[in-house]
Amino acid sequence: MKGGLQAGLEYRGVDGAQGPLLFLRGVRHVGFGELAEVRSPSGQLLHGRVLDVNEAAIVVEVFEGTAELSLQATTVRFLGHPLHVPVGREMLGRIFDAFGAPLDGAPKPIADDTRDVNGVTINPVCRAYPSDCIQTGISCIDGMNTLVRGQKLPIFSGSGLPHDRLAAQIVRQASIVGEEQGFGVVFAAIGVTHDVAEFFQRSFQESGASRNSVLFLNLADAPSVARLVAPRTALTMAEYLAFDLGMHVLVVLTDITNYCEALREVSTARGEVPSRKGYPGYLYSDLASLFERAGRIHGRPGSITQLPILTMPNDDITHPIPDVTGYITEGQLVLSRELNNRGVYPPVDVLPSLSRLMEDGIGEGRTRPDHSKLASQLYAAYAKTKEIERLASIIGNEELSELNRRYLQFGQRFERQFLSQGDFDNRSFEATLDLAWEVLRPLPDSELTRVTQEQIERYRR
Amino acid sequence: MLPASRRMQHCLVIGENDMTAGVQVTLRDDAAAATGPAIAGEVIAVNGPVVRASCRMPIGMSEVVWVGEERMIGEVIGLRGDNATVQVYEDTTGLRPGAPLYASSLPLHAELGPGLLGHIFDGIMRPLEALAAQRGDFIGRGTHAPSLDRDKRWDFDPVLQPGTDVRGGEVLGRVRETATVEHRVLLAPDMQGTLAWVAQPGAYAVDEVIATVVASGGSREVRMFHRWPVRRARPVLLRHAPTVPLQTGQRVIDAFFPLARGGTAAIPGGFGTGKTVTQHNLAKWADADVIVYIGCGERGNEMTGVLTDLPRLEDPRTGRPLMERTVLIANTSNMPVAAREASIYTGITVAEYYRDMGYHVALMADSTSRWAEALREVAGRLEEMPAEEGFPAYLATRLAEFYERAGYVTTLSGAVGSVSVIGAVSPPGGDFTEPVTQHTKRFVRCFWGLDKELASARFFPAINCRDSYSEYAAGLDPWWQEQGVSDWGELRERGLALLGEDSKLQQIVRLVGEESLPDRERMTLEGAAVLREAFLQQNAFDAIDRHSTPQKQVLMLRAILHYIDRGLQLIERKTPLYRIKELPVRTDLMRMRLGIADSEVERLDALLATIDAQMDALAQE
Ligand SMILES: Nc1ncnc2c1ncn2[C@@H]1O[C@H](COP(=O)(O)OP(=O)(O)O)[C@@H](O)[C@H]1O
Ligand SMILES: [Mg+2]
Repeated sequence: MKGGLQAGLEYRGVDGAQGPLLFLRGVRHVGFGELAEVRSPSGQLLHGRVLDVNEAAIVVEVFEGTAELSLQATTVRFLGHPLHVPVGREMLGRIFDAFGAPLDGAPKPIADDTRDVNGVTINPVCRAYPSDCIQTGISCIDGMNTLVRGQKLPIFSGSGLPHDRLAAQIVRQASIVGEEQGFGVVFAAIGVTHDVAEFFQRSFQESGASRNSVLFLNLADAPSVARLVAPRTALTMAEYLAFDLGMHVLVVLTDITNYCEALREVSTARGEVPSRKGYPGYLYSDLASLFERAGRIHGRPGSITQLPILTMPNDDITHPIPDVTGYITEGQLVLSRELNNRGVYPPVDVLPSLSRLMEDGIGEGRTRPDHSKLASQLYAAYAKTKEIERLASIIGNEELSELNRRYLQFGQRFERQFLSQGDFDNRSFEATLDLAWEVLRPLPDSELTRVTQEQIERYRR
Repeated sequence: MLPASRRMQHCLVIGENDMTAGVQVTLRDDAAAATGPAIAGEVIAVNGPVVRASCRMPIGMSEVVWVGEERMIGEVIGLRGDNATVQVYEDTTGLRPGAPLYASSLPLHAELGPGLLGHIFDGIMRPLEALAAQRGDFIGRGTHAPSLDRDKRWDFDPVLQPGTDVRGGEVLGRVRETATVEHRVLLAPDMQGTLAWVAQPGAYAVDEVIATVVASGGSREVRMFHRWPVRRARPVLLRHAPTVPLQTGQRVIDAFFPLARGGTAAIPGGFGTGKTVTQHNLAKWADADVIVYIGCGERGNEMTGVLTDLPRLEDPRTGRPLMERTVLIANTSNMPVAAREASIYTGITVAEYYRDMGYHVALMADSTSRWAEALREVAGRLEEMPAEEGFPAYLATRLAEFYERAGYVTTLSGAVGSVSVIGAVSPPGGDFTEPVTQHTKRFVRCFWGLDKELASARFFPAINCRDSYSEYAAGLDPWWQEQGVSDWGELRERGLALLGEDSKLQQIVRLVGEESLPDRERMTLEGAAVLREAFLQQNAFDAIDRHSTPQKQVLMLRAILHYIDRGLQLIERKTPLYRIKELPVRTDLMRMRLGIADSEVERLDALLATIDAQMDALAQE
């Protein structure tokens, strides 16, 4: 061991560095997953985490990267516990870095507690099934992909698409019909640009949400491995707000793609066997350890609703990042470049979109008795419209049957009236459902096989 | 230190010795609780769930060990010299070299006895309700609780007299476990001898002695439960070909791609295509006596959903809450990955146990892909050579072993029972050519392929009739004949043929539109459309539609095919197709699934008459 002067749990000198990893030999009494404080030769304090301990060496992942480090003059101190971050009521309205240190120039707020950034696993028997629907005021969400308090519903987007606008509108308009209490907002910027963070910050300010919001920023120019920490710090705070203070919390995490790239970087540096596209085989478990930190707990008043945003590389929904995410989250809102190019906002492609918790959040006594079947009818009709559009592009509109032309009319109305709405257009459930019946008007009753006869009579005046 | 060769000989045979002595095992536990188990070694390396320890006492492959001061539960998965490799079923954060390793002398096992039904366990059979009572809302590390409640007393009713010769698997007595299921207390499979003493009828806790059995080796005590190593299949007397359908109440499955009792099925599909909802539907409506549902690496809320639904839903056959026939096993995606690997084995062991009582058990595993990925993750940390897509080379063998534990059998006690296995598969990118789907296909005989296109049109169940198949269908025909349904095979074949013709015609329609086809072919398209909309589609969330009895399915199918036959007759006589499509009875057909309950099947006979009446009237014109 080179220069391995052992001073308590502080070690001077490391034996190797590669990518974000440090290797130390001859170190003892260090636990897996433990927090390490790394001091660079210039005196800068870095943070790391123990990834592997064995007879030969200890591997430490340094969140800020190892660029400034030298093998001889670096000291590493092991703290005997995993990374803990501050949580507290006073952190609301403030801006922090990935580790919970203030970035807004104001003094450090008094923390109520510090918590393990990895959170704790909710026992499935203690979870309360989410069933309070959130009115976002956005028809394609409320009508067809209803968001429920305690759900994790990501936005699958592409570069240049208005996912930030949509997320900001959801945060601005989200409410529970008949309830006063609004949502607290926890925002984590994961490797996004300064502009994006500022856009959200401004949007929270304008809507008056900033008093109840807290931002954790790991911007594009910040160390990439710290992207693995930022969402966990944010979720730790969200858990405190929700399950200790009883708040309903919306968590916006953007961009999960940057998170996954940081994970791949570390995995590659460790020489692990990759699975698809170089991402580690544990991508699923790792993302689940973030996304499962949503929900409700019996006997506790608060909730955590997650709105992660990810940009699909090449708009490819089968890419491992959206794919693995879709397998974990409770649905997805998929944005379409094609709709966006045609000027439709929000450009939500409803067909691949889904809210898995919708069914228990809507219907009689919640929204309206016709909601579920009407949504299904819209899906069926819109899917058929897309098929007919494909046919029309081959044989021409003139050759279409009368019925098929009616479907095209429906499609037009659906995209222009139902889907499209303004940034500040906030529609009630009632208005959205009425609009749905309205856009279905070109279709004859006999085509509406997903709804019941009674519903047709009652709502199709 | 023992040489490696000797250590390997010290393998754990729970069946031979420990098992017969279910008693001794318990005593050893008690002794261990008093003095603490012996330290068998110490941790030298930690890499996520994989821990290496150097041992100073012999330890067996597959032995359960406790790791660290918190005594986290682990299992030995490799031995080399004095070093044991352990997969730990809990989060190893903070675990350090030097931490103690305790041996248990038991392989990974399940406790089998009354008190499983109606409860939820984690992947290593810890009762989640008991953990919540001990630790609150969050799962803490090193929490130990026996699977079966030791305080609960069960009314034991013996069925055998002292002096009877008994063999393994024999029924010693009965316990009413839930209102729907009578628990048959079984002698552990590898025990035998003469019953020397049996307890009087009365209330006993699971670990009280209820009988003694004398064999050449001496006298042994028997309790209401025994332990069984989960990675070993429980023995049976005979295996039979599956010839009785497992009715699921799901029309596309029962009518077109039926599963047999004791059969195997896979349900692959990309995310959001309906794997979980289908599995839930089967858990709710399949006509099995006992359901084992394994949530393997999936969402916490889905387990909560099952836990909320099943106690409220009524079993159509018994009128009792469905939860009373169900055992849930949950290792959600944020629970430790190694326990995900174990959950499949604990689940199937529980299923086999109820089979051995003479019950028909259906097991659902959602999702087997997460189990395969858990294998991959552990293999990766062991730095094993990967085969396809990073999966270990033994993936196929493990899958085969799992599905082979399904079957329709004569049990050791001579009863008939079955375990049917339905595994969800989650192929990355929805691509069925990936290894888990491909290997699974080799070992299952029923394949329900889910289709993204259908799911995006919210056509559920999104089972693609072109890719799906059932190798059981032909073998089930005699059963239907016995039920007095002589045309089941014919209805099924006609339905499938219609869908086949339809998909050929659709290729033309996609190019030239429907209008340019002759009416005869358009009637085929129309027939297929009605079959899809009115029969194949089934809404899991509609109180009427979610379940169809076999009788209702047959009547619905007959009505649809009759509509098509009569329509074709009219078209032969030059009646234009649009007139047929305008008949009010078409709408009746389209809406029958939402409007006609299982208890109102006579309305389907009336529907048949209406078809005739309206077609006759049209023919008169
Ligand atoms: N039989 C069905 N009836 C109605 N809706 C269904 C049905 N099957 C699936 N769905 C819908 O599809 C969604 C996704 O299904 P799910 O089973 O969760 O997919 P997967 O497990 O394949 O990801 C559900 O939330 C539900 O809305
Ligand atoms: Mg699922």
